[in-house]
Amino acid sequence: MPAPPALRYTPLHSVHRSLGARMVDFGGWDMPVQYSGIIDEHKAVRNAVGMFDVSHMGEIEIRGREAAKLTDTVTTNAVHKLKLGQAHYSGLLYEHGGFVDDILVHKVTDDHYFLCVNASNQDKDFEHIVAQNHFDAIVENTGERYAQIAIQGPKARATLQKLTPVDLSGIQYYWFADGEVSGTPARIAHTGYTGEDGFEIYVPPADAERMWKLVMDAGAEFGIKPCGLGARNTLRLEAKMALYGHEIDASISPLEADLEWIVKLDKGEFVGRDALLKQKQNGLRRRLIGFEMRGRGIGRDGYEVFLNGAAAGWVTSGGPAPTLNKNIGLCYLPAQQSVPGTSIQIMIRNQPVDAVTVETPFYKRAK
Amino acid sequence: MYPDNFRYTKEHEWVLADGDAGTIGITDHAQQELGDIVYVDLPKVGTRIEAGKSLGSVESVKAVSDIYAPVNGEITEINESLADAPEKLNTDPHGAAWLVKIRLSNPEEIQHLMSAADYLSYVGAEK
Repeated sequence: MPAPPALRYTPLHSVHRSLGARMVDFGGWDMPVQYSGIIDEHKAVRNAVGMFDVSHMGEIEIRGREAAKLTDTVTTNAVHKLKLGQAHYSGLLYEHGGFVDDILVHKVTDDHYFLCVNASNQDKDFEHIVAQNHFDAIVENTGERYAQIAIQGPKARATLQKLTPVDLSGIQYYWFADGEVSGTPARIAHTGYTGEDGFEIYVPPADAERMWKLVMDAGAEFGIKPCGLGARNTLRLEAKMALYGHEIDASISPLEADLEWIVKLDKGEFVGRDALLKQKQNGLRRRLIGFEMRGRGIGRDGYEVFLNGAAAGWVTSGGPAPTLNKNIGLCYLPAQQSVPGTSIQIMIRNQPVDAVTVETPFYKRAK
Repeated sequence: MYPDNFRYTKEHEWVLADGDAGTIGITDHAQQELGDIVYVDLPKVGTRIEAGKSLGSVESVKAVSDIYAPVNGEITEINESLADAPEKLNTDPHGAAWLVKIRLSNPEEIQHLMSAADYLSYVGAEK
């Protein structure tokens, strides 16, 4: 048997090691899952500020006279409506309506779109986009050119503002600015995956370590903590943000995943549109919904969900919600019953445990 | 760190026995590996436990781990306080956060388990 491919390292790998992080294989990348502890890190982000190395995330850039047309053709959201310096969440779909990936699209110029994609999907995404490129456009897989650091929490802005002349209060949520952070060219995006206010900065890999230390120092007065993938997961779950491979994958459409808001069926042709129109006409078979445990136990990823004594769905993500002191999760249920207030049972180690479907997001920050 | 009067398993449980009365818990190494513990599932009093078989589970934020019975016996008491305060397992796994008390079927069985010194070198080698 061939040896498994070596784990990939981000430019901050040695920093994580020196901080004593616990490392895990995440989609082929050796990534920090926790430093001080998942709950401690989670609370730092909710109450002050935390920082994450998300350099494993992929970047794909689409340039050229028809860059907007190609981007609009391969994604579900309305690219032509983006303004310069604006970003949005979107889906990359197969013809059958299932997800290739969920992505962020940033409009850099009229003929340059910058996509942030999931680490383990980047090569697949790139090939998918290239296969649709019947336009005057050039697609590049540029993940190696960027390190990405997420600074998240109510003190994220105050932390990052110390390091950049860019007026961060002038960048609206889901907008970005190209500027400098401590003299290094950086794309500064007012985006995040935590449900908290915050920024994600894209910097050259050679500067990643210096950036990391600068941000750590700048956030010291607020008690900044380095945060791993463990806290990233509990934070995004409280905010009900989808994770590829859990809430969404090739077999799930954005309509089923409760992501209709990123689908603009009236924008014209795009890959997967016909399948989604058909789904809408025929009605959805299943739909994503949040739940809270009522009985003792934690419903976790992959556990079966029972409705009136019969298997009816499965948990996509589940676990403790450190901000809420509850055990929460997301699951697929038949669309008819996928409404808040439905009594369900989660099969936990062969025992049905009571839960109830609820409104989401579980956590919403005070504005 | 690891009390000399405890015996230890490769699955990172400890047992303290006085005749046929025993107490079972998880080791400090186990709690460190698990991270923040948020839930503990323990058997009912009277349940028979079988050495090497799961007697319950401990859950951290991220994962579920089985607790394996170090010896054969019967549950005589469970640590009810862990239901509301599972995080005690992170701070006092060798003390207040014991898991269950048992009646050992055969007190001799603990002789097959590791001593504190053996366990220490075992977890050292595992790293």
